[in-house]
Amino acid sequence: MLRLTIVITFVLALGLLAAYGSQEPEVLRLATTTSTADSGLLDAILPAFEEEYNARVDVVAVGTGQAIELGEAGDADVILVHARAREDAFVEEGHGGPRSDVMVNDFILVGPTADPAGVQGMGTATEALATVAAAEALFASRGDDSGTHTRELGLWEAAGVSPDPTSGWYNSLGQGMGETLTYANEAGAYTLTDRGTFLSMRETLPDLAVMVGGESIAAIADSSLLNRYGVIPVNPEKSEAINAELAQAFVEWITSPETQQAIGEFGVEQFGQPLFYPDAGQ
Amino acid sequence: MNTLWDALQEALRLILDLDSGLVEIIALTLRVTGAALLLAVLIGLPIGAFLGLRSKIPFAGCLLPLIYTGMGLPPVVVGLFVYLLLSNQGPLGGLDWLFTPRAMVVAQTIIALPLVIGLTMTTLRGLDPGIQLQVRSLGATPTQTAWTIMTEARLGVLAAIIAAFGGIISEVGAVMLVGGNIEGQTRVLTTAIVLETRRGNFALALALGLILLAIAFVTNWLFHKLSDE
Repeated sequence: MLRLTIVITFVLALGLLAAYGSQEPEVLRLATTTSTADSGLLDAILPAFEEEYNARVDVVAVGTGQAIELGEAGDADVILVHARAREDAFVEEGHGGPRSDVMVNDFILVGPTADPAGVQGMGTATEALATVAAAEALFASRGDDSGTHTRELGLWEAAGVSPDPTSGWYNSLGQGMGETLTYANEAGAYTLTDRGTFLSMRETLPDLAVMVGGESIAAIADSSLLNRYGVIPVNPEKSEAINAELAQAFVEWITSPETQQAIGEFGVEQFGQPLFYPDAGQ
Repeated sequence: MNTLWDALQEALRLILDLDSGLVEIIALTLRVTGAALLLAVLIGLPIGAFLGLRSKIPFAGCLLPLIYTGMGLPPVVVGLFVYLLLSNQGPLGGLDWLFTPRAMVVAQTIIALPLVIGLTMTTLRGLDPGIQLQVRSLGATPTQTAWTIMTEARLGVLAAIIAAFGGIISEVGAVMLVGGNIEGQTRVLTTAIVLETRRGNFALALALGLILLAIAFVTNWLFHKLSDE
């Protein structure tokens, strides 16, 4: 009896959909990091997807860790994040997959134009950080457990330095990227930043210059400064609410040549260079 | 409920452990707020007394609203003002005070000053004008007169100091802006609470909040004891 009711309800619902709902867009729940949303990239590229597939994309922009957790809980159809080790674990544990490369952006080391530690133009961030530490030149750390802070700590470890916040030269601010850059500009400190935030604030940071990372991502010689974004459809067995078909369509769409080109063109007009570089199928 | 219970335990553990980082944060909080309060009282009490004891306040129509507005100054606006003053591009950039405890003292003094002036003034104006005449007729100099009346009005003056203290020790907007929340240098209790909340360490944040409340309570209890004697 229960089964019959379900079948009838289902048929009725289908009929309703056919009669009235043909125009109603399907919903795709995309869990992603704040950087893709805050930079304006998603606003620029998603309308094309929504139009092509008659879908609405609900973007949940959170930290990388939380975005992955949303996928694990089945509360998202697809995730777009940048934490390779955790992404691989996500796929291995059967939460979704396969993973595809989408795009890449980068971190840069910036510092006072006077460059008291003499690190400008060094090839790798670890070499530059070791020199900054040896010179005990002022360094500003996010100190807020963010993705950028985690990357900075990894670079210090690679440089063989364990910076001490009580030493006087290593300042842990516990604030956002904007505040940290403003502090570095005022105090004459070195800091690690994502290139996008630095470019968008450049006008207000007259005393800061790029130390390692060059003028654009093309000049990056140190792969430890690269930040790769991947897209993973969530395993549809997790929840009935998951729209696997649309998730797969999204993966194919965002790695398609047209969308990849749109990603590469985003930001060129405003900043003179892209904020993200297409990375699919390479 | 669990978070609250965890926080209480964490707070107790922190206080018992007296971790050196925490001691530093508490010491800086007391140093900055103490210095700002002292400056605000040293500058504000005489001004408040001067205005409160005059029978006619010069430019009262303009000055009084100005002081009352100052009593409600948004700390973050004061912080922004001090920031621009002390920044490299600002008129006092040469002092190199930005992102040091000195900048925090300057900002908190500016926040506390109108409170001390305004409340002292209104307390004195509320006193019976007869007292002033009486003291003067006994041959007191103006300074002696002011002192006598101040002791007469000590409860009101104390309320002014307590209000100023409460306003600045709990303030976060200005010290975050001009101090920078630098670990071991300019991190105070309020900015540490903001940071730990952002990190999702709610228990630790709440523990720091309880410590802040405890400090405020002890200080106010001391003030109260003082006024009783």
